[in-house]
Amino acid sequence: MTDTATSTSRIGATFERLREEGRTALMPFHTAGFPTLESSKRIIRALIDAGADLVEVGVPFSDPIADGVSVQGTGQIALQNGTRLKDCVELVRQLRTEGITAPLLLMGYYNPILKYGVERFVADCAAAGVDGFIVPDLPIEESAALREACVAHNRDLIFMVAPTSTDDRLVAAAERGTGFLYCVSVTGVTGARDSMSQTLGDYIARVRAHSNLPLAIGFGISKPEHVRQVGELAEGAIVGAALINALNSVADDEKPAKAAEFVRFLRGE
Amino acid sequence: MVDTSNIAPITRTAFAAAEAMPDALGRFGRFGGTYAPETLMPAISELIAAYEEAKRDPAFQAEIDELATHYVGRATPLYEAKRFAAEAGGADGPRIFLKREDLAHTGAHKINNALGQALLAKRMGKPRIIAETGAGQHGVATATACALLGLKCIVYMGEVDIQRQSLNVFRMKLLGAEVISVRSGSQTLKDAINEAIRDWVTNVDDTFYIFGTVAGMHPYPMMVRDFQSVIGREARAQVQEQTGSLPDAIVACVGGGSNAMGLFYPFLNDESVEIIGVEAGGHGLESGHHAATLVTGEEGVLHGSWSYVLMDDDGQIVETHSISAGLDYPGVGPELSHMKYTGRARFVSITDEEALDGFKLLCRTEGIIPALESSHAISYAAKLAKEMGSGKTMVINLSGRGDKDMHTVADALGVTL
Ligand SMILES: Cc1ncc(COP(=O)(O)O)c(C=O)c1O
Repeated sequence: MTDTATSTSRIGATFERLREEGRTALMPFHTAGFPTLESSKRIIRALIDAGADLVEVGVPFSDPIADGVSVQGTGQIALQNGTRLKDCVELVRQLRTEGITAPLLLMGYYNPILKYGVERFVADCAAAGVDGFIVPDLPIEESAALREACVAHNRDLIFMVAPTSTDDRLVAAAERGTGFLYCVSVTGVTGARDSMSQTLGDYIARVRAHSNLPLAIGFGISKPEHVRQVGELAEGAIVGAALINALNSVADDEKPAKAAEFVRFLRGE
Repeated sequence: MVDTSNIAPITRTAFAAAEAMPDALGRFGRFGGTYAPETLMPAISELIAAYEEAKRDPAFQAEIDELATHYVGRATPLYEAKRFAAEAGGADGPRIFLKREDLAHTGAHKINNALGQALLAKRMGKPRIIAETGAGQHGVATATACALLGLKCIVYMGEVDIQRQSLNVFRMKLLGAEVISVRSGSQTLKDAINEAIRDWVTNVDDTFYIFGTVAGMHPYPMMVRDFQSVIGREARAQVQEQTGSLPDAIVACVGGGSNAMGLFYPFLNDESVEIIGVEAGGHGLESGHHAATLVTGEEGVLHGSWSYVLMDDDGQIVETHSISAGLDYPGVGPELSHMKYTGRARFVSITDEEALDGFKLLCRTEGIIPALESSHAISYAAKLAKEMGSGKTMVINLSGRGDKDMHTVADALGVTL
């Protein structure tokens, strides 16, 4: 199935629908190729079948400067398995063929995209059914080429904002980003944390004052209470490291079931 | 002090062009930039502003000059290596001068940059310093500057490098630094940089990252170059004082590129001066086990800047090899990348074995034990000396001394210490 370009992205439509239903988007992150490529596809299916609203598919990279040990570990295994950028795109294509309709984003560092060719990458992703991109080492200043390709192929480019972001940076991210804004909850790298930041409310209010995009909060979310807390402030909760830690507690063949269980756990079901 | 009365002034108009690099976004032509996580972007802006302000403040420059003279021991000598030249180039060979950064305090050029950045950190009121290190020289230099200025110092170092540079690990600890072993990836310099960036992202409020070379995100390539260019300013004056003219060639080894940019920068607009950077050829370029980024790499993004990078066909950064830990890095500075792209400099590689030959040659002919990094420049210079002919002059940056490499060299020569 190829994707036909529409003016409202699948990501935008999903946030719209959830808003009407009064629900918070649950957006797990899972690294393509962990523990194997085939198994990562089963895990992502399981996440969606269990109620995940959108999924971030992690693209492994040799030097993930914004990631803590959990995500680093999955990337290292995926690379050892020989997972390549084109495999991540193909993974999404297969999920679409299997009937998955939830928004799927690729999250990865810039160098593999550059090497693939920015325009060709976005074109191939659009054809495969990738809805958007998150590139942690590509700040607004350096994003022109990828942004242009995303506009041409009607894909969303999601920018990250952080508690340290100045107001003018929040404005720029809101103006140039599409889909949603990824609000990094803490100054830090990815990783599960016990509690959410005390100042999260003030920070998210500041982001809100500068943006009409849906807001999704990520980094550190690990418990149902966190998802509930986030739901009071934002439109989406992103969960990465905590899911990986849960998956790492079981054998490989039990990981898809564990993924589903973890989604239900976070939903408080 | 160097007498500068009879020295050709650095040409104003031409130099202005070089001074304009990088642009406001940190670009050197197509290279450079700021490919950093958003969390760091405000801190990077703050750093750029603080550095620009400090650079204009004569008091800051005076503070640096004072420490350079009385603490580091600058100016370092420019020494004519006559026996080395005779052996390398024969009777008709060029005159060869060594810029003696090995005589700077802590034994390498790294102190020039570490002190400059530590002074800036202090000025910015950042009490916590982090740094990465490969050979350990930048770690030692940073630990030294922090001890001097009373700053807390944490150094990230790959576990592989910790093993092969144990002496420098001990030095850092004596100087009061905490050394954190990095066990991710290839466990060498690039992984130490990854971990230092992660620390910076996490502790950005009170932490200053003293980066050790002219690579990385803006403003590091500019700032480190500026702090290191004292090497080239001195050398340019000294060589004219001793020979009456500019050199025909200047040679430096290239890891990330800081000693090279430091020497090269003041000569950029001297068109008659050939500029040569020497990279680590490891076991040979065809073996795939090397760190010759400019010679064999392609354009990409690593550690926050667009430059030449060693990567595989999927854009994954590859693991490198060099006998010298300080050159064992798959990236390189954007300004050197620009110089390769424009042809202003040429870049060559020297294998581990050739570097060892250069190392031994300098020991034997001059009584100077060079760092293995610097030995790459020495070795290439010896080759070049055979082709240059008489009446020519060459300056080599002797970036550091070899004491730290005794175990590695003994190993390579099959000697048990
Ligand atoms: C003595 C010496 N020379 C050269 C280098 C390479 O670094 P750069 O290319 O930044 O000068 C190092 C790095 O540790 C070093 O210790």
